[in-house]
Amino acid sequence: MTSKPSSPGNRLGDRPIDFSPSLGDKTDYTTCYMCACRCGIKIHLKDGTIRYIEGNRNHPVNKGVLCAKGSAGIMQHNSPARLTKPLRRVGPRGSGEFREIEWGEALDIAIGWLAQVRATDPRRLAFFTGRDQSQALTSWWAQQFGTPNYAAHGGFCSVNMATAGIYTFGSAFWEFSEPDWDHAEYLLMFGVAEDHDSNPIKMGLSKLKERGAKFVSVNPIRTGYSAVADEWLGITPGTDGLFVLSLIHELLRAGRVDAGYLVRYTNAPYLVIDNPGAADDGLFARDENDQPLIWDHNKDAPAAAHQADEAPALRGAYTLADGRRAKPVFQLLAERYLHKDYSPTVVAFQTGIPATTIRRIAAEIAETAFEREVVIDQPWTDWLGRRQEKMVGRPVSMHAMRGISAHSNGFQTCRAIHLLQVLLGSIDAPGGLRYKPPYPKGFDSLPRPSGRPGEVKPNSPLPGPHLGFPQGPEDLLVDEEGAAQRIDKAFSWEAPIASHGMMHMVITNAWKGDPYPIEVLFMYMANMAWNSAMNTSETIRMLTDTDEETGDYKIPRIIYSDAFYSETVPYADLVLPDTTYLERWDCISLLDRPICDADGAADSIRHPVVTPDRDVRPFQDVLIDLGARLGLSGFIKEGGRPRYPGGYADYIANHERQPGVGMLAGWRGENGDKTGKGEPNPAQLDRYVENQCFWREELAPGHRYFRNVNADYLAYAQSKGFVKSTDPVIVQLYSEPLQKFRLAARGHGDIQPPDRDRQRVETYFDPLPFWYEPLDNHATDGATYTLHAVTQRPMAMYHSWGTQNAWLRQIHGSNRLYVPKMAADRLGLVDDDWVWAESRSGRIKVQIRIMEALNSKTVWTWNAIGKRAGAWNLDPAAKDMTQGFLLNHLIDDLLPEQAGGYRYANSDPITGQAAWYDLKLRLEKASPEETAVSSPQFEVLGQPPTTLERPSVLRYGAVKGRR
Amino acid sequence: MTGLPATPPQRKLGLVIDLDTCVGCHACAVNCKEWNAGGYHAPLTDIDPYGVEPDGVWFNRIHSFEVGTGPDTRVVNFPKSCLHCDNAPCVTVCPTGASYKRVEDGIVLVEEDKCIGCKLCSWACPYGAREFDGDAGVMKKCTLCIDRIYNDNLEEVDRVPACVATCPASARHFGDFADPNSNVSKLAAERGGFDLMPEMDCQPVNKYLPPRPKKTGGDTDRVPELQDASPEGGFLGWVDRLLSSTEHV
Repeated sequence: MTSKPSSPGNRLGDRPIDFSPSLGDKTDYTTCYMCACRCGIKIHLKDGTIRYIEGNRNHPVNKGVLCAKGSAGIMQHNSPARLTKPLRRVGPRGSGEFREIEWGEALDIAIGWLAQVRATDPRRLAFFTGRDQSQALTSWWAQQFGTPNYAAHGGFCSVNMATAGIYTFGSAFWEFSEPDWDHAEYLLMFGVAEDHDSNPIKMGLSKLKERGAKFVSVNPIRTGYSAVADEWLGITPGTDGLFVLSLIHELLRAGRVDAGYLVRYTNAPYLVIDNPGAADDGLFARDENDQPLIWDHNKDAPAAAHQADEAPALRGAYTLADGRRAKPVFQLLAERYLHKDYSPTVVAFQTGIPATTIRRIAAEIAETAFEREVVIDQPWTDWLGRRQEKMVGRPVSMHAMRGISAHSNGFQTCRAIHLLQVLLGSIDAPGGLRYKPPYPKGFDSLPRPSGRPGEVKPNSPLPGPHLGFPQGPEDLLVDEEGAAQRIDKAFSWEAPIASHGMMHMVITNAWKGDPYPIEVLFMYMANMAWNSAMNTSETIRMLTDTDEETGDYKIPRIIYSDAFYSETVPYADLVLPDTTYLERWDCISLLDRPICDADGAADSIRHPVVTPDRDVRPFQDVLIDLGARLGLSGFIKEGGRPRYPGGYADYIANHERQPGVGMLAGWRGENGDKTGKGEPNPAQLDRYVENQCFWREELAPGHRYFRNVNADYLAYAQSKGFVKSTDPVIVQLYSEPLQKFRLAARGHGDIQPPDRDRQRVETYFDPLPFWYEPLDNHATDGATYTLHAVTQRPMAMYHSWGTQNAWLRQIHGSNRLYVPKMAADRLGLVDDDWVWAESRSGRIKVQIRIMEALNSKTVWTWNAIGKRAGAWNLDPAAKDMTQGFLLNHLIDDLLPEQAGGYRYANSDPITGQAAWYDLKLRLEKASPEETAVSSPQFEVLGQPPTTLERPSVLRYGAVKGRR
Repeated sequence: MTGLPATPPQRKLGLVIDLDTCVGCHACAVNCKEWNAGGYHAPLTDIDPYGVEPDGVWFNRIHSFEVGTGPDTRVVNFPKSCLHCDNAPCVTVCPTGASYKRVEDGIVLVEEDKCIGCKLCSWACPYGAREFDGDAGVMKKCTLCIDRIYNDNLEEVDRVPACVATCPASARHFGDFADPNSNVSKLAAERGGFDLMPEMDCQPVNKYLPPRPKKTGGDTDRVPELQDASPEGGFLGWVDRLLSSTEHV
């Protein structure tokens, strides 16, 4: 960019400036792990230490940029909180008293515990992983072990949004789709608490703004992305669904929907049986081939849906040949959303968004979608052979994240957002939301959960994967009484579509022994004794609680693997120290959560850039080793020898899930010339390393839009092993599986919910999106607890382990509770005051800051800044501990008692998603005598025998010999 | 005291910082820290990094604050680093000549070997852009990545300051303001680039771009209100009309 000036540029008498210092003696590439973006990074090493990490310009995710976390990776890698050796607890749980042991002893202990459980009752192992990116391995290991109790952190992250997307259009926000940043003219962003995803959103917003598109942020808090939005709608938490359905009300009122799109590619014309009280009420009318029926205008008769020459009706009521009455889905949804309950005037007060604004936003969306079509000169043909000369799109795009998912109404709210997108015809249309391969996948093509009674047997693998997508009550994991089979109660009537499990309920349920006690709790990379737990104080108590008779811990054995001395480590009986992300192999697989973008399929690896200087092992290697030692069939060869003696790298290259389909899609086949499907290639990882640790295959121009119904794309996707068949993924405005659960709740069918759950299933399993007040808000005395409380994760720390990081903790080292000006005035609070914040279940003392750009009924704070003294090798007197705080102490993991005494999880009733943001609280000024220290404070955790030096002065990068 | 260049620098290298797209993510600040930790001013010392009051040297800091009150309150994310002023008071105040402005490109630098740590420059800088390294006892500051922008070991595309290369929102641009056709001169001209605190007469080289005009509710005239469609043809009568007008049905 800038050529060197002709003169050397050194002033007379100065030490010469070195204009061209070397960046080191070695350059390497790998994949970042400082959050969930998985950007490509280029690492410069000098004398074996890391000089500099930068974004990889060739990488499809970040294209050269790198966020604050990624650049702070050096400090994560060098953190003095790193564990150094396997540990065996010697003091009481939580004391931090350990003795160091050798790996051999550690593995023997683990094998002893695990083998005994597997031989007797595999259910007594609960294996849950946190923010790890190796779920394709961990889930398969758990399946081979045979326990039904496995999941990762998705149940407390965004499972309600993931499932809402899958059940609606075979994809989901963030991981499996992205806004069409190059063509969108209007972006509605809901509740992104500075989170998923990181760099791509920033890059995308910059593009949008460059092109002059309008960006509307719907968020109670105006920071970060909302700060640069054209328009900020400071919505009241948990009411987004109401706002969206009101937009839909307006579009329907004005007749501004894409009717052609609806009849062709969605179930809008499907006939829904209207037969109150009967077992078929609310199901689709079907022909003898089980095909859903539509009403054909031309023939004035029912016909199988999706035939090229038919004219489906979207409105009316019809009588079928057998006399049953039926209405098209579209008629039903119009009847519902045109109701005055969804009119802007009615929803304005509750949402905090004026009716005039709602009407205007609806008008702007309609105008953008229908008057400003995006046309791409690219012919395509749908699966019925209907050719179109151009790809015509509706340039309204949407994105949503934490502010939707962290509410107990998040599934239905996310469905409402998708409904809005579908009515506009902006699903995988130019300018709208775009699928990322390997999605879309039809909800009915995905696995069903395994672990039902009879499927769990000693010393036997589970017959299939743990996590899946139930199609109806027959897929639940319940016994004849309807009781839960998993420790987290996922896929029970309490959370039927808990497709990511419910990690947040494991400790509570295991402590209670409900539905049964467990023997071993095995966790990886999840800070469940601190910021990843609801009701942290109680969780700590459960981890240390003992049986009165035997004196044993109620959760008898805890194995934990982490790279750092987090708050959870002291609660483990056996600690398996992990490496940092720069010291190991990993793969970001199409079988898990890939890094694809809308224009290409992609996956990537990590490889060891530096060698560990501690006695630590990559968790994935350890897991494979344990699998072989336990004799799990997938991990051994005939004769019992390990199948993957080369550890995770060996597994990545050679494991096949189905013939030809493995962890990585690139350079498959013996010669490395196949993609997607192909035999394992012994040199595959070399090819990845040569290609800067990623593989990407650009999609053909005809494969880039309308992929759920695009014949060429579907054939391509099948050929690559992305999907099983070339069947189209018809968009499900009306979700029939939900109605099946509801019919069971009404007493139909053999599989029946316990009476306790009937009304709950009846209410929430509405096949059309609706809005309800978040469950805990509803159960809380709104006159006492008047303020909503939510958290955000700072961009410099989202999804990372930031406050231990020497650089990041200088940016966010302690947190405040942000209080809206109006509420502060009412309570007589000023900046820097200390207050007691009280919810129905807890009380914390925190320091406040007053904020204007904030919904007037909402307080918030940065999440996971507060740390526990003694953890992370930080000074126990650091502000992270004394001023920082967690809101988690106020969030009950259970809802208040129902009639009958049962307490449901504080979760979405459909998917089990943790309802972090359903919190309501009240504030009271702390008395002047009270100390300026946050509350609660806990006993200082003890340190492991070997703790790395915590430098008092960090001179990273200092040149030796200079001061 | 130290003199500024007798003649204006041949080139005026500096940054354009776009307040329209800066989301306050701190990417620039941390990548700057990372690069410069091993760069011209190495190290960027962090005192008490794991302790009670961590205090490190940062050449680039992001300030986020609210402007205004009530519903029109704006939140501004404001990155701030040395602005490499043409009339740099941090240079003229320096008693030893350690602080100087390069005649070749206008970059303001500190020569550590001449710095006595008197901090006069940090008092003189109205922007608070100087960073004292209490461990080394010298003043340090943004070098505009002088060890990147001319670096033969980097590909040409990478010869930009670290903050510019890493910014995910493309909110930072680097170039020569002495050239009216440079990317930064054109951006500043097109987007109304402004000087920070012009009343101080420091004549900063770096320019800030104001937020683009917001497309908010003020332009309601652009889009007509939605009209009720249902009365004609009865409930949802418009659906049939829509369908009959779509060619493929």
